[in-house]
Formats: sequence, C-alpha cells, structure tokens
Amino acid sequence: MTQTEFLNVVMPFKDKLYRMAKRLLVSSEEAEDATQEILMKLWARKKGMAKYRNVEAFAMTMTKNFCLDRLKSKQSGNLKLVHSNYADENISLQRQVEVNDSVNWVERIMEELPEQQKIVLQLRDIEEYSFEEIAELLEMQPTAVRVTLSRARKTVRKKLLEKHSYGIG
Amino acid sequence: MELDRIEKLLEKYFEAETTEAEEQVLRDYFTGGSVAEHLKEYSAMFSYFSQAKEERFTKQVPLKPRVNYYKWISVAAVAVLVFGIYFGKQYQEQKEAEYAYQQTKKALGLLAQNLDRGTQKVAYLNEFQETKQKIYKNN
Repeated sequence: MTQTEFLNVVMPFKDKLYRMAKRLLVSSEEAEDATQEILMKLWARKKGMAKYRNVEAFAMTMTKNFCLDRLKSKQSGNLKLVHSNYADENISLQRQVEVNDSVNWVERIMEELPEQQKIVLQLRDIEEYSFEEIAELLEMQPTAVRVTLSRARKTVRKKLLEKHSYGIG
Repeated sequence: MELDRIEKLLEKYFEAETTEAEEQVLRDYFTGGSVAEHLKEYSAMFSYFSQAKEERFTKQVPLKPRVNYYKWISVAAVAVLVFGIYFGKQYQEQKEAEYAYQQTKKALGLLAQNLDRGTQKVAYLNEFQETKQKIYKNN
C-alpha cells in the first residue's frame, strides 16, 4: 500500500478520530497527538489493513482504547490534563446574552459525563453512527448502547435545563 | 401538527429509540431557526452536535516509515561488527607473533649466555693441559 492509497483510506475518517480523542482528552493538543499516534500506528500496520473489514471502526476502537489508556495513566500518575482551549471567560461574559453561549455549555456538560456515555453520545449524536456500529465498536449489546445513550442524553438535558433556569433566575 | 411530531420525536429521542432518520429531522428542526419557544432549550444541544461535527484535524502526520531507518542502522552495525572482528583478529595475531618473537629472543639470549659461561669454564681445561705439558717436559 502506497502513501496515497493509505491517505485515501484514512482521510475520510481522520476528523472523526480527532473528535473522539478530543471528546475524551478534552485538550486539543492532546487530541492532536493522540490522533497522530493512531494514524502512525495504522501506517505501521498498513500491510494488514486490507484484511480489516472496516478500517474506520478499527481505527475508532484503537483511538478509544488509546485515549482511555492515556487517561488512566494520567490518573495514576496523579497528573491533571492541562488544556488551554476553554473559551475565554471574559469574552463569553460579553456574549452571555446570546443563546450561542448555551451551545458551549453542552460541551462542558459532556465533559462531566462518564466516559462510556461520552463515547456513545459522541458516536451517535455527533458522528451519526448506527446502533449496530456502536455496539460492535464498543463490544456492547445494542440494548446496552441504547440505555447508555438514553442516560447520556437525559443527563445533558437535565444539566442544560438547570443552567437555563440559573441564567433566568 | 409539526410541533406535535417534534415533541413526540424528542420524547423518543431521550429514550434513545429514534432512528437515524428521525434524529436527522430533529437536527434539522432545531438548527433551522424557527424553534418553538418552549423547546428553545433543546436547540443548544442539537446546535452543539452539528457544530462539533465541523471540527477538523489539521495537523500533518509524518508518514515516512521509520522501519527502513532501522534496517540501515542494523546493516551498519553488522558491518562495524564484522570489521571489528576482522581487524581485531589481525591485531591479536600480530600481538601474538610479537610475543613469540620476544620469547624466542629471550630463550636464545639465555642460551647464548649459558654457552658463553660454558666456554669460559672449559677454558680452565687449557690450564690443566698446559700444566700437564710442563710436567711431561720436566720428566
């Protein structure tokens, strides 16, 4: 497999990998590094890639596992993920009147979700994967995926409504 | 009627029972702009989802394989090793030859020295011979 062929396979879903990494690691730098790492791992295994039924799902699983490992090692190393891509509070104060700001809340709310819920919500509502794909990717039962997704969506709704009523009151 | 349908879909949505097509309907409705007042809170969710989907990975990935690199390093290492052994052996042989030469020289020196001492001692025999001659002559 040549480099162009490889890129043709990988290009369509590299953004998805990045978004997944960012969802889990939060920091854009960390997410970029993780995505790069995954792409390089895929490149190293390019010979076997033709054998995989679904390279995208495979890469997605790799990313998920890589990021979870990363989080685990950070935790055990007693290190906090440092990131600087929060919106500047001062600017957002100015814009607080705009509805647009509550869009950012959703991001914060999603950060607080348990990892499994984050992943499922990311895959379903952002990447628009089917339940079967998610179930296969996460090695879960489709019903379990539904339960997790429902919980995640409800949590987001609950917290969003809470923030809204704060904003009004 | 439309609103009624959206509300029903929302309910299904939070139970995670909506299909992809139905979720698309919801997304379209909530990002469309004309959202009913009492459903406004939900539009943040769907707007965020479509906004998040736009994020791109822009970093360049260096795909030049490092594998080849390793191959050449190992070739170089083997070459160094072979040359090392070859020249090392030569050097060793030279050393050994020199040692043997030194040893032989020492042995020969020793031999010469002892031979010299031997001839000195034998010189005394001449003394004996001369004295014997003297005695013969006297008789």
